[in-house]
Amino acid sequence: MHEMALCEGLVQALEEQAGSQGFRRVHAVWVEVGSLAVIECDAMRFNFDIVARGTLAEDAQFNIIEVDGSAWCLPCGAKVVMQRFGDPCPKCGGYQLQVLDGKQIRIKQLEVT
Amino acid sequence: MCGICGCGDTSTSHATKEPAHGHPHDRAETPEHVHAAGLSATRMVQVEQDIMSANQRHADANRRYFTEHGVFVVNLVSSPGSGKTSLLVETIRALQDRLPIAVIEGDQQTGLDAARIAATGVPAWQINTGKGCHLDAHGVGHAVEHLPAANGGILFIENVGNLVCPAGFDLGEAHKVVVLSVTEGEDKPFKYPHMFHAADMMLLNKIDLLPFLDFDVEATMEAARQVHPSIEILAVSAMTGNGIDLWLDWLLAGVERAQQGRQAFLLARRDALQREIDSIDSQFGPR
Repeated sequence: MHEMALCEGLVQALEEQAGSQGFRRVHAVWVEVGSLAVIECDAMRFNFDIVARGTLAEDAQFNIIEVDGSAWCLPCGAKVVMQRFGDPCPKCGGYQLQVLDGKQIRIKQLEVT
Repeated sequence: MCGICGCGDTSTSHATKEPAHGHPHDRAETPEHVHAAGLSATRMVQVEQDIMSANQRHADANRRYFTEHGVFVVNLVSSPGSGKTSLLVETIRALQDRLPIAVIEGDQQTGLDAARIAATGVPAWQINTGKGCHLDAHGVGHAVEHLPAANGGILFIENVGNLVCPAGFDLGEAHKVVVLSVTEGEDKPFKYPHMFHAADMMLLNKIDLLPFLDFDVEATMEAARQVHPSIEILAVSAMTGNGIDLWLDWLLAGVERAQQGRQAFLLARRDALQREIDSIDSQFGPR
């Protein structure tokens, strides 16, 4: 449900970028989504089309770049890939994992005029 | 508090409904389909901007405000029906004679919860999110304007009953506290891992019902720790008061930390002002 609010934040960010980077129309957006982000990518795509209507990003192509999260394993000291909360360390099987990265929902690139 | 958004709106309900504070966009200036061949070449722009950055700015502003005023802020989250409001009412009754308390209530509709809180005598402000599924930091910032400052006390934010969306929204709180009742499943932490990872404290509520249920307390705690190794856990009953003392101790320790945070903030501010005064004095030379 909150993907609608996230898309509103995305369009707001695009408007800010339009001012600072000097463009008037967005034709394509690439958004990086970490595997630990609280987001459903399909819902994001669907909501973006709706929220972007009547804005500088109307009809823009929406691309999601999915990236793995990462964590420090406290028991074995390894930096490991983390796909989901609650999964064990792939090296030692421990659960004492400290998340380093993977919660991001970040605009990476825009195609603009 | 809306120096951040400059929206000039003092209501609390618009934030979740209107995109981008409704500032106008002159579409007459925007050429339609300018990517038609030969008109204007598109270009690629590299950006590094978090989509949550707007909410984060509001959350940071809220947190600064709470630090300046020495308010300990708890964001209560859970699924609907976990007993959040009952727990809150009992907590307020136990603490309201000792320190200032204020409450922000979040629900999709009705002011029923704010009315239950107000019946205890502490100030409460209801945010109705309409179709929205979570509170956001902008709405909370405005809600604070409607409440007397709980300086030196506690501000409770009771979020919308939802174990998914509120996990992603920082409101400026010191801690998210997730309430899980024993009438729910032991596997809730696995099913909704984002929330149990975002929360620093889990309250296992309604433990007075344990004799009537086939509920494995240890397995539930294990599940929560598997998702979030450092999560703190307390077993409580809002009905009987069992375990509430430990919860109150945890809150009072937070109030103490908020006071220390306020003192540190004031000292840093005094030092910064002193440096500025010294800098100005130095421009006059010896007098």
